[in-house]
Amino acid sequence: MAKPPTAHTVRSFDAEINQLRSLIGQMGGLAEAQIADSVDALMRRDADAATAVVLRDKELDAMEAEAERLALTIIAVRAPMADDLREIVAALKISAVIERIGDYGKNIAKRVPVLTQAAPVGPSVILPEMARATTGMIRDALDCYVDRDAELASQVMARDRMVDDFYNSLFRSLLTYMMENPHHITSSAHLLFIAKNLERVGDHATNIAEMVYFSVTGEHPGDRTKTDRTASMAVSDREGE
Amino acid sequence: MAAHEGAAADGAAETTLKMTARDVRVFYGAFEALKGVSIDVTKEDVTAFIGPSGCGKSTFLRCLNRMNDTVAGARVEGRIELDGQDIHDPAMDVVQLRARVGMVFQKPNPFPKSIYENVAYGPRIHGLAAKKADMDVIVEKSLRRAGLWDEVKDRLSDSGTALSGGQQQRLCIARAIAVNPEVILMDEPASALDPIATAKIEELIDDLRGRYAIVIVTHNMQQAARVSQKTAFFHLGSLVEYGDTRQIFTNPRETRTKDYITGRYG
Ligand SMILES: Nc1ncnc2c1ncn2[C@@H]1O[C@H](COP(=O)(O)OP(=O)(O)OP(=O)(O)O)[C@@H](O)[C@H]1O
Ligand SMILES: [Mg+2]
Repeated sequence: MAKPPTAHTVRSFDAEINQLRSLIGQMGGLAEAQIADSVDALMRRDADAATAVVLRDKELDAMEAEAERLALTIIAVRAPMADDLREIVAALKISAVIERIGDYGKNIAKRVPVLTQAAPVGPSVILPEMARATTGMIRDALDCYVDRDAELASQVMARDRMVDDFYNSLFRSLLTYMMENPHHITSSAHLLFIAKNLERVGDHATNIAEMVYFSVTGEHPGDRTKTDRTASMAVSDREGE
Repeated sequence: MAAHEGAAADGAAETTLKMTARDVRVFYGAFEALKGVSIDVTKEDVTAFIGPSGCGKSTFLRCLNRMNDTVAGARVEGRIELDGQDIHDPAMDVVQLRARVGMVFQKPNPFPKSIYENVAYGPRIHGLAAKKADMDVIVEKSLRRAGLWDEVKDRLSDSGTALSGGQQQRLCIARAIAVNPEVILMDEPASALDPIATAKIEELIDDLRGRYAIVIVTHNMQQAARVSQKTAFFHLGSLVEYGDTRQIFTNPRETRTKDYITGRYG
């Protein structure tokens, strides 16, 4: 773990950096809650809770705008260099990624009303565990950002594989389920998108960890290998936000 | 002349050594102001010297054209070469050396003579122009290169001291250029100038790059980052870190460098 940097001669510079750090930390906490709550609403078949998630997404958007404003002010006023510069740029990028994670939470929540109308789909029981794995990654990625901890960042990157494995196995079970129960195809397809969203959340958390790693060490982590084997099965999962 | 690879991993152009300094020490009386500095100055680059006040930047810069010879009580040790030639060699003509390695100071110091004479003085004492017409060419070319020609072409007989600070500094650069130097040393050339005049000096440095090896001392980190390709960080009489400017300002290796450029020094 990197040695905590000494204070700047101009102390208000430190105050501004800390303010940005804590805002990014809060954004991460909210995004994590959005993912957890959306999957929770899904499992409890609670359409109202899902609506609450959709409405709360605006808060993340506002926080991202605030983080951008803060970062731009620091760049304009302080002209940061070296690790300061890397950190401010990372904060800008991380806040954008967190906002995207929030969008996935919103997307998941939006599917809940339809799914509560239909009968439960068996393989979905794996979703809460997958959601826990991804929210854990978000939490740790943000912790390593706030603590400037490159070692923890490496660990978070390694965990992306686990989320990919969840997705690959859920993908297969849902395909089988759809073949065996054609009248459940609609809900199964929705669940497939939800699983894909969670898988993307894992990618984004990994991305944050990579940015933290670069911000702290000045070096990019080694190329990591992707394990999404479902691409060859040619399924389109593009969707509007 | 030795050639070596630029240090950048992303394939920076090849650079050629113009000057080399090895284990240079400077004493002012008993005080050791430079404690064994070794550095290369590349021909194609602008090299920036940065570091806290009193760390020895000016002292080292003055070593490169033996200006410390004129400083009472100063003693220089170590080896400095220009194109592989020892500048302390008794055969080295110091006046000639200072023409080859020109200098521009923090405070513009034009002679109290006409603009024309300020530029013509050096070429005249070095016998670079046989006729008035030749001298006119040198003066115009130097003022053009210094980005000053258009502003002064109609008032060449006005006194150099009547120009604005920024114009005076460009006049001093024209004066340095006029004797066909190979290296130009600049000690905080823009520190007394407003942002526009500073930008003009920086633009000028960029224009001159490649034609002359340039070494600039600056306290302005952004300026060092903008104008130079190589940066050397000095601290307490030692060279702490030398490297590609981009690397120094985005990812310095030494904690002391990082603390200095990020404003955490002292
Ligand atoms: N002529 C001199 N006689 C005695 N000591 C000197 C002389 N010139 C410089 N020094 C000392 O040598 C050290 C280095 O001075 P130098 O002027 O090279 O520093 P610098 O890095 O250029 O500082 P600054 O950024 O303030 O211009 C300082 O401690 C200074 O006091
Ligand atoms: Mg000085």
